[in-house]
Amino acid sequence: MELKEKLVSSFLAFENKVDVDIDSNVHDIRSKAFSDFENKGFPTRKDEEWKYTSLNAVLSHDYNVFPKAETSLAYKDIKKYFVNETDCYNLVFIDGKFSSFLSETTHDGLDVCVMSSALTKPKYKMVVDAYFNKLAKENNSLSDLNTAFSNEGAFINIPKNKVVPKPIQILNFSTGNEQELLIQPRNLVVVGENAHVQIIERHQSLTSNTTLTNSVTEIFVNKRGIVDFYKMQNDVESASLIDGTFVSQQKDSVASVHTFSFGGKLTRNNLEFYQNGEHCVSHMNGISILNGKQHVDNHTLVQHKAPNCESHEMYKGIYDEKSTGVFNGKVIVEQAAQKINAYQQNNNVIVGDKASVNSKPQLEIFADDVKCSHGCTIGQLDESALFYMQQRGIPKKEAKALLMYAFSNDALKDVKIPELKTRINAIIAKKLDVKIGFDL
Amino acid sequence: MSKYTEDDLKKELETQEYEYGFYTDIESDTFPKGLNEDIVRAISKKKNEPEWMTEWRLDAFRIWEQMEEPEWANVNYEKPDFQAISYYSAPKKADPNKSLDDVDPELLEMYKKLGISVDEQKKLQGVAVDIVVDSVSVATTFKKTLAEKGIIFMPISEAIQEHPELVKKYMGTVVPKTDNFYAALNSAVFTDGSFCYIPKGVKCPMELSTYFRINEGGTGQFERTLLIADESSYVSYLEGCTAPARDENQLHAAVVELIAMDAAEIKYSTVQNWFPGDKEGQGGVYNFVTKRGICETNAKISWTQVETGSAVTWKYPSCILKGNNSVGEFYSIAVTNNFQQADTGTKMIHLGKNTKSTIISKGISAGKSQNSYRGLVQINARAENARNFSQCDSLLMGDQCGAHTFPYIEAKNTTAQIEHEATTSKIGEDQLFYCNQRGIDTEKAIALIVNGFSKDVLNKLPMEFAVEAQKLLEISLEGSVG
Repeated sequence: MELKEKLVSSFLAFENKVDVDIDSNVHDIRSKAFSDFENKGFPTRKDEEWKYTSLNAVLSHDYNVFPKAETSLAYKDIKKYFVNETDCYNLVFIDGKFSSFLSETTHDGLDVCVMSSALTKPKYKMVVDAYFNKLAKENNSLSDLNTAFSNEGAFINIPKNKVVPKPIQILNFSTGNEQELLIQPRNLVVVGENAHVQIIERHQSLTSNTTLTNSVTEIFVNKRGIVDFYKMQNDVESASLIDGTFVSQQKDSVASVHTFSFGGKLTRNNLEFYQNGEHCVSHMNGISILNGKQHVDNHTLVQHKAPNCESHEMYKGIYDEKSTGVFNGKVIVEQAAQKINAYQQNNNVIVGDKASVNSKPQLEIFADDVKCSHGCTIGQLDESALFYMQQRGIPKKEAKALLMYAFSNDALKDVKIPELKTRINAIIAKKLDVKIGFDL
Repeated sequence: MSKYTEDDLKKELETQEYEYGFYTDIESDTFPKGLNEDIVRAISKKKNEPEWMTEWRLDAFRIWEQMEEPEWANVNYEKPDFQAISYYSAPKKADPNKSLDDVDPELLEMYKKLGISVDEQKKLQGVAVDIVVDSVSVATTFKKTLAEKGIIFMPISEAIQEHPELVKKYMGTVVPKTDNFYAALNSAVFTDGSFCYIPKGVKCPMELSTYFRINEGGTGQFERTLLIADESSYVSYLEGCTAPARDENQLHAAVVELIAMDAAEIKYSTVQNWFPGDKEGQGGVYNFVTKRGICETNAKISWTQVETGSAVTWKYPSCILKGNNSVGEFYSIAVTNNFQQADTGTKMIHLGKNTKSTIISKGISAGKSQNSYRGLVQINARAENARNFSQCDSLLMGDQCGAHTFPYIEAKNTTAQIEHEATTSKIGEDQLFYCNQRGIDTEKAIALIVNGFSKDVLNKLPMEFAVEAQKLLEISLEGSVG
């Protein structure tokens, strides 16, 4: 059975099952989203936005949409995927189901809990009505599909003036109990005025069974709010991820999204920023280090709607073996958005003979008083630098690794959680297959 | 003295009318409107073409019928009704065999108004002019000098008669009939254009040039240019256009094919100044052009263009770098004003080893215009040590216009080195201040800055053409240049 047909029949069953007795407009949103998805279908390479990424191989599996049984995991088995074990709020999902045993939630001064309760409990109705599906609605059919099946995920609501003392981790595990599994997490993050929060998100497959994750995260940053969002993508070769992250910013807010793609079969990141007030700052940093037949597609969009804003974008990619990388960065400056500074940088190194890179940095500018620039390079490691290091007794492999590390470091320096930085450095060192002999 | 500000400049830009808007009455031999196989046959017959050519056109027409008009470009316009266009029009008095003295005085008058009178051209040292008015060549100069070198430079309709073997061999090899909607249309109905062949080892002693004109209202112009540079030869080719002001939209769908054989070099320069429409956005020419060149081993193709006219421009001069060590270059200035829309850029397809390409694109938007750069740099798996440098800069004047960049960069080789840079900004207040401080008034300062901005490209134009290019920039951005 075609995946699309399967989803159609699953949707009816799903809608009859979830939160049936609640008076809310969520049902309408789901139905609308599903009919949109039905009309549009899955994107193909004929769509300009999917020109370099084909979903055929990923969609040809017979995915199970609803996992049969709840699976529990022992903490010791998954401990290594937590960044700092004690000092975090944790939201753990196993095969798309929330695991309260492994999680640490809170309602004390801020809400760190799950989407399923936010969608059903009356006390969250106002927040859900105000924010849920306000950003993802006009997007591609995969966001629609996620919206149609939206039920579980993280719900994070930070009230005014609250500085969250420790990072929040969202961990999605797939156990391989199902042969082929499709999970669709849906996260909602609302950051109140003057509030500050750090969030780490990770998708991890624990077996080599095929997993497809179609995730959507909506982030709302109110006046002067600050949010740092870190995406760790270091999954096994059988797992694919389609991620949609949509950020809406109000006046004076600062939002940063860091994307670290080191693993997975196919990773597609749709990252969209909408700046609705003056003096917003947006940061997008990304590092992709790939080998094998991995494919990473980073699509970013920054829409400047208000004057005096800034956006900074930096994506670094290292491609080995048969991996392929795609970068598509779009900056739109609307006519009202004067005095904008928008910078976009995409640097790539091709290491593998069969590796390829497609890059498309786009600017669409309707305002005149702006400073916008983009730069894109594709090249190799500096031969003379390699020679210099070898001459001083550093073996070629290590010298190469050092250069690659230095190359990607620009996009790493803004990571504000020290433990996370150490963790990423370790992953990079492992990925480059060296022990870099200084304190990372 | 009152301060000359950017607002003043904007006002000037908006109020200035198209200087070359006049219409010369020449008796035209015009076909009925519409397009079908009979019309294609009639065009072919009118041109007294051999049968293979007629078949070639009909084939293209059938392909065109199956195609749909492309919509991906970042331009909005009312689609032309292809059945409401007359596909052939020739000035009756014209006769290609006439000498310069016999040319219709009315035509000469027209060129004078444009500042490109044949007399003047004749005097301009080293420039041979093959003037095309409404699709039929009316005067060819310096043919003798060229003939001595063995260079063939003639209207393509004559080339089909006199050198069918060359035309048959090369036409459609760089831009196939199936390439795109407008190329297919052009292949079916092209009425004239230029043909040029430079023999082995010959360095063409003068700049070859053609002036294209659209004259008869409601007539589309479908030029076809085929330029072949044989091994180790060199040619510099100039092309320039102006058109009279007309209310209804006119369609221009040209095809240019360049073939640079081993170690040959072609320099192709264009100054385009079709009628851009009035300041309300009424009228203006639709310019949908397919230009492409192929480079064999050690060959070089260099495109230089100054785009100031047309209501809608859709043009991507491209290079296929097939041979090893071949070089492709693209230098462009695109100026849009009022309601003009331009979607222009280049494609550099690297196939051979050690191939190099350079792209310098400068966009200037004023009024309510939209200016887009769309480019592709493709390094294929076998193109070892390919190198590309791209730079696209946009200058915005006024808050109603837009500048966009859509670069596509595809690398499939580890040895590829690609750099791409793009910036968008307005004229910096600090730059103006710096000039003012040194006693340069604001108007001169703006001129200076715009000149500096476009210098990289203007420098690439041949001397003879640079004068005209400057003139066209002046018209398009009067008050800011010169």
